[in-house]
Amino acid sequence: MSIQLGVFFQGVNFSTVWSHPDSGSQTEFESFRRLIETAERGLFTAFFLGEGLRLREHLGALHALDVAGRPDAFTQLAALAAITRDIGLVATQNTTYNDPVDLAHRLQSLDLLSGGRAAWNVVTTDNAWTGENFRRGGYLDHSDRYSHAADVIAIARRVWDSRDPAGIAVDRQAPQWGAAPAPFQYDTGYYSVDASGSLPRSPQEHPVLFQAGDSGEGRDFAARHAEVIFSAHNTFEAARDFAHDIRARTVAAGRPADDLKIFPGQEFIIADTLAEVDDKVRWVRENQVTPATALAFVEQLWGTSLDGHDPDGDLPSFDPVQAETGETRGAGFRAAKALETATAWRALAETKKLSLRELVIEIGTRRGFAGTADSIADELIPFSEQHVVDGFNVSPWLVPTGLDDIVNKLVPAMQERGIYWTEYPGETLRENLGLRAPLTRRGGAGVQTPTAAAPEPADAHG
Amino acid sequence: MGERTALGVLFRVLEMSTSPFAVIVDIDGAGSHPAAWRHADAEPGELLSAAWVSANVSAAERAGVTAVTFSDHPLPPRDVDGPTARLDAVLQASFTAPLTSALGLIPVVHGLYTEPFHLATQTATVDTASLGRAGVLIEGDEDPRIAARHGREPLPARLVAEELTDVVEAIRRLWDTWEGDAVIRDVSTGRFFDPAKVHYADFEGHRFSVRGPAILPRSPQGQLPVFSAHSGIGADVVLVDAPLDASLGAVREARAAHPADTRVILELETALDRAGQTGAERVAALDEHAVWAGSGRARYVGNAEGLARILVSLTDVVDGVRIRPAVLGHDLDELARAVLPRLRDVGVFRSPLVGSTLRESLGLGATVNRFAEVSR
Ligand SMILES: Cc1cc2nc3c(=O)[nH]c(=O)nc-3n(C[C@H](O)[C@H](O)[C@H](O)COP(=O)(O)O)c2cc1C
Repeated sequence: MSIQLGVFFQGVNFSTVWSHPDSGSQTEFESFRRLIETAERGLFTAFFLGEGLRLREHLGALHALDVAGRPDAFTQLAALAAITRDIGLVATQNTTYNDPVDLAHRLQSLDLLSGGRAAWNVVTTDNAWTGENFRRGGYLDHSDRYSHAADVIAIARRVWDSRDPAGIAVDRQAPQWGAAPAPFQYDTGYYSVDASGSLPRSPQEHPVLFQAGDSGEGRDFAARHAEVIFSAHNTFEAARDFAHDIRARTVAAGRPADDLKIFPGQEFIIADTLAEVDDKVRWVRENQVTPATALAFVEQLWGTSLDGHDPDGDLPSFDPVQAETGETRGAGFRAAKALETATAWRALAETKKLSLRELVIEIGTRRGFAGTADSIADELIPFSEQHVVDGFNVSPWLVPTGLDDIVNKLVPAMQERGIYWTEYPGETLRENLGLRAPLTRRGGAGVQTPTAAAPEPADAHG
Repeated sequence: MGERTALGVLFRVLEMSTSPFAVIVDIDGAGSHPAAWRHADAEPGELLSAAWVSANVSAAERAGVTAVTFSDHPLPPRDVDGPTARLDAVLQASFTAPLTSALGLIPVVHGLYTEPFHLATQTATVDTASLGRAGVLIEGDEDPRIAARHGREPLPARLVAEELTDVVEAIRRLWDTWEGDAVIRDVSTGRFFDPAKVHYADFEGHRFSVRGPAILPRSPQGQLPVFSAHSGIGADVVLVDAPLDASLGAVREARAAHPADTRVILELETALDRAGQTGAERVAALDEHAVWAGSGRARYVGNAEGLARILVSLTDVVDGVRIRPAVLGHDLDELARAVLPRLRDVGVFRSPLVGSTLRESLGLGATVNRFAEVSR
């Protein structure tokens, strides 16, 4: 079975090395062009953009150490649609600070402009800090984030299902081009909308729905609504356990187990010879975790400035000044118990004889694959044979050349082993992913059809 | 046009360096005539396709017009003969950015019920992707059905101008939040950007506030040219709707109501003679299906030479026109073939140059970053 590949252009975090001479702009169009053309040459399934609607802060000031700056996802993907033919275009968009009808219409526009290659990675970021950039402010209860997201998706599907394509004139003598679809109403509990979709469906009918969110609630949400789940579980055991869990939840939601495809995030560090692997990994890690980044990482837990502290020395001898970490820095850290975590870090540093910076490299960087193209391709065989993933979402650590080794070396090695396709199998993203029709557009027996009008399972509204 | 002396032509050419005459073409479905789709060079169902969008925009670039606008409205057209749907205008502009290299790209956005933060990022993204060729045309319609589409409270008509003024100011502040040289990649301090050169927008409007900074660094133009038909909201370019014979007065009125450096552009519907048919015959044939109602807007129906004469005379009055062709492909072809060359011949119009920004094509001056000033 072919493992698929996507590329995740995250636009934040220290995993992107910006100090290398080959590191290009994070926002200029040429960087995106270079990256997506390489991905398409490597027969990648999809190109992903992350979303963050507020510039990150650290200890009350702008966080300046990592790459920063991102285009609007749908807008950027529309430009990329014009220069590509096969690759899917996935926009991360949260359900809290985007207006559902507007979001659905823009996404459907992208789907038409790209000939059926658009997708939406549904995320539920809801903090009031992000809300300070928006009219509604921080209006949503965190516990309602997924029930609200379900409402937003239901509205989007109503928009996409509004237009009966058979109603559009087939010749220029018809009585009219086509009547406007009837409006619908929907109350989310936070606001109600009264609107109508207007565009016809694309060749893939609906944009593909991705989900990224890892809580039990997030996984159940994916099992009910999504078609691809983007996770962080990328080692073999973690991916296998995650796949078991997700497939069970999908079946419990009344869908076939393979209705939800699994794409963990992944990182590859490829060296020419096995002897060079360790050096290359060390080089990448040291450029990801600069001395300043290592201190900032620890400051995040300690809750105070460590200015003057030696990053190559030990962890601070005093205890964190906060009880819990804040939520704005991002996943992994949210509401961590500071003293408990600090104690664990100290123990790990002690056992493994790690400096502060080495510790941050140990716990703060991704568990990816490192090796030669052949050794990595060998390691990937069980992922394919045991079908613990459908694909990986690659985060290149260098922009825009970070896919070159993967496409030039790893892809051919995977193809030789029969675990990577040699041409795109379909014309749309939905076809390339091997997905069925959208959930609201399945007739026939055997598959539950949760139409837009059907009530949510009772727990969805909390 | 023989009446123009050589000296007059020279004077015009010199004057153009400060205020060039802009010819902008609106891209909307099959054209501005409600039955245009019946004569379009595309099947009815293809009017909402990438191929149709790129065909028209490429034709506009080949014609050498200054810019195109992409019409849009939050409510799909109802009860009309023609298309009852449009592709999102910002996405059309962005889609055509890599397919063009000199043409200005100006999407219509709706300002009243959308998020200013998103509008700022979306339009700056088009500017970045087009290497500085984006503008934005801000519309504001208080129709309560648009409020309902966004799940918001309807705005009373008397507050529209106030709200749009706030929206324009919020967007402009966001566009300035990153100074042009904020990304420093300084290995010695480990800093990717210089936090002293990235600013909070801290906009407090009547009904919303925006903290900022923008999530996208400064775009090539920084401040995109802002167009609007609404008076006094802080636009760089004001669009004026008036019948041709009243246009002089309307333009004067618009100039009097705005700062001296505001550009004024006249809206102009056109149907030209083409392929052995007069403009009037073409309109009459379409009018059998749906009447092209006069909207109090300037309209020219006739031959190319006549339109060229009108445009030449308008160059003394306005800073440009936005042409709404009756049938997109056909009238745009005639414009390219027989109108624009006449304007070029007498030196009143220049096509935008590859590599120039829309601000440059419009003759708008350089801008000063409002935040950089206070931080120095
Ligand atoms: C692999 C992965 C990628 C994510 N990318 C984004 C992103 O780009 N933007 C965002 O706002 N949230 C992102 N998230 C956060 C989730 O969307 C989600 O909102 C958050 O994790 C809270 O949901 P949870 O409690 O179910 O995890 C991502 C999460 C995961 C697991």
